[in-house]
Amino acid sequence: MGVMRSSETVQPAISVRSATANRGSLNHLLLQIRRRWQLYLLLALPIAYIITFAYIPMVGAQIAFRDYTVAGGVWGSEWVGFAHFERFFNSYQFTRLITNTISLGIYLLVVGFPIPIILALSLHQVQTLWFKKLVQMVTYAPHFISTVVMVGLILQMLNPRFGILAQLTTALNLPQANAMSRPELYQSIYVWTDIWQHMGFSAIIYLAALTNIDPALHEAAVVDGASRFQRIRHIDIPGIMPIATMLLILNFGNFINIGFEKVLLLQNPVNTSVSEILDTYVYKIGLASPTLDFSYATAIGLFKGVIALLMVVVANYAVKKMGQESLW
Amino acid sequence: MTSLGLSKRAAVVDNTIRASAGDRVFMVINYVLLTIILLIVLYPLVYTLSASLSDPSAVITGKVVLFPVDFSLRSYEKIFNYPTIINGMLNSLFYTVVGSSVSVVLTILAAYPLTRKDLPGRRFFTILFFFPLLFSGGLIPFYLVTRDLGLVNTRWALIIPTALSVWNLIITISYLRSSIPEELWEAAQIDGCSDIGYLMKIILPLSKSLVAVLFLVYAVAQWNQYFFSLIFQTNPDLAPLQIVLRNILILNKIDLGMIADVQRLADQQALQEQLKFSSIVVASIPVLMLYPFVQRYFVQGLTIGAIKG
Repeated sequence: MGVMRSSETVQPAISVRSATANRGSLNHLLLQIRRRWQLYLLLALPIAYIITFAYIPMVGAQIAFRDYTVAGGVWGSEWVGFAHFERFFNSYQFTRLITNTISLGIYLLVVGFPIPIILALSLHQVQTLWFKKLVQMVTYAPHFISTVVMVGLILQMLNPRFGILAQLTTALNLPQANAMSRPELYQSIYVWTDIWQHMGFSAIIYLAALTNIDPALHEAAVVDGASRFQRIRHIDIPGIMPIATMLLILNFGNFINIGFEKVLLLQNPVNTSVSEILDTYVYKIGLASPTLDFSYATAIGLFKGVIALLMVVVANYAVKKMGQESLW
Repeated sequence: MTSLGLSKRAAVVDNTIRASAGDRVFMVINYVLLTIILLIVLYPLVYTLSASLSDPSAVITGKVVLFPVDFSLRSYEKIFNYPTIINGMLNSLFYTVVGSSVSVVLTILAAYPLTRKDLPGRRFFTILFFFPLLFSGGLIPFYLVTRDLGLVNTRWALIIPTALSVWNLIITISYLRSSIPEELWEAAQIDGCSDIGYLMKIILPLSKSLVAVLFLVYAVAQWNQYFFSLIFQTNPDLAPLQIVLRNILILNKIDLGMIADVQRLADQQALQEQLKFSSIVVASIPVLMLYPFVQRYFVQGLTIGAIKG
């Protein structure tokens, strides 16, 4: 009896207490928010920015499913469902744009990924400090050249009359060639100049990882008679493997987002068959043609955006599966 | 400090044990490889500088190989008398100074509250700022928003729509998290410091190098920017230097009549080609002057970002 009664009296007491606890935690939260009003004040401007220039465009992307007219605007134009997507999938441009985008992205990844690693491994072996600093200083520099200047530089270097290429072919008695008028060279020009410009800068992160390797490992290996090459193979490479794997997977998730400013600037009437990628096409259809087709361009952009999102999600999942530090 | 000490130790080990023949061959190959890379990167830069300092006809006939031929500063004289370039430079200076300042303020305003663990809804706001990295509405809706705000064909079009870079926000947040201990806020709070007071009196004075990094990163991006001017501005008076350069370097549009009275077609062509080299140099000088600082801070910024709190 006594036990029963005591349990009967205890139970309501608990529920009453939890109710007040709930109300209390809500009050507590409100109090916390009020107390931190200055932080919200600071956040107000950045939030206004991000909503205006990131979230409103996301909502605005609905014009991919409408027929955008100036009178109707984003919210009032007529719904057309997937018509723009169907038009794009059935257009003769579709296969070409996808092929160009993917092949350029893969080319860039396959060549552009290992070279900074090799440069970092090689630089890490150098003991002459001034030489190491010199190579670093020089190879970082092109990273800060603007895309416009970079493309201007490429055009001057490949100039068929006086560029480096022309001087080389003259010296070797080879036939003169205008590299920019040969579509089959477009991707190589893009990729290798990109490596020229960014390899030094991309190597920084690997150099940082290499200097973090415990020197005791190297000392032990030297004592055991390991050669330099063996030490690179068995100490340095495993040491940078975690960061390299993560960057590889993230790059893979990101490879559809090619630096399209450079693609656009390197375009000429001769090479558009290989140089037109999804991003440049969106720009041309939507903002640089006599008949601006906002809806169609938005649909193509959205198609690319969704693929990019999926790839990042898959890449992140893969990073997690491999037990590496992931994005989220 | 520690890394310096450690590398010294490694060097001692390397010296005490005599390098094997294989290692010596390896090192020779390594130095040769790096020297080749060095020359490949350096050559186009040296060539550009030399071409800009040569006589136009020497450039166009391919006589310039490494050093300037028939040294002349004429093309620089022409460049600095070309009103379009001067106007572009002044515009770029404006965009860089004003744009970077706005960007730095905005980035710090966003980053500081997001590092405060006692901010209610911190997780929500963090996601709000980071999600646009993964997905965006695309170019056209972004353009439409900017247009509807009446920013098209104004100077603000290059400053406001791209004011905040989420990557820089990430760098800033990790920097603040790793360099400023939380106990500092607890202490400041006991002394009656407000949230804004803590930012102004404690965080900012402690983060001078961070502010410098941010400003440099934004400034280089602004100075090198051309695409948003291409889509947002049709008025040539507003054009930044990069747009002017695009006309000269890539579209071959340069009004020689404004700067020279060259009659012969061949001379005109020669001058036009050479002006390309000198404008490349002129456009890169501001960044190159900053380069020693930029390089150090960029490396610092990159390693800050890599720590990821």
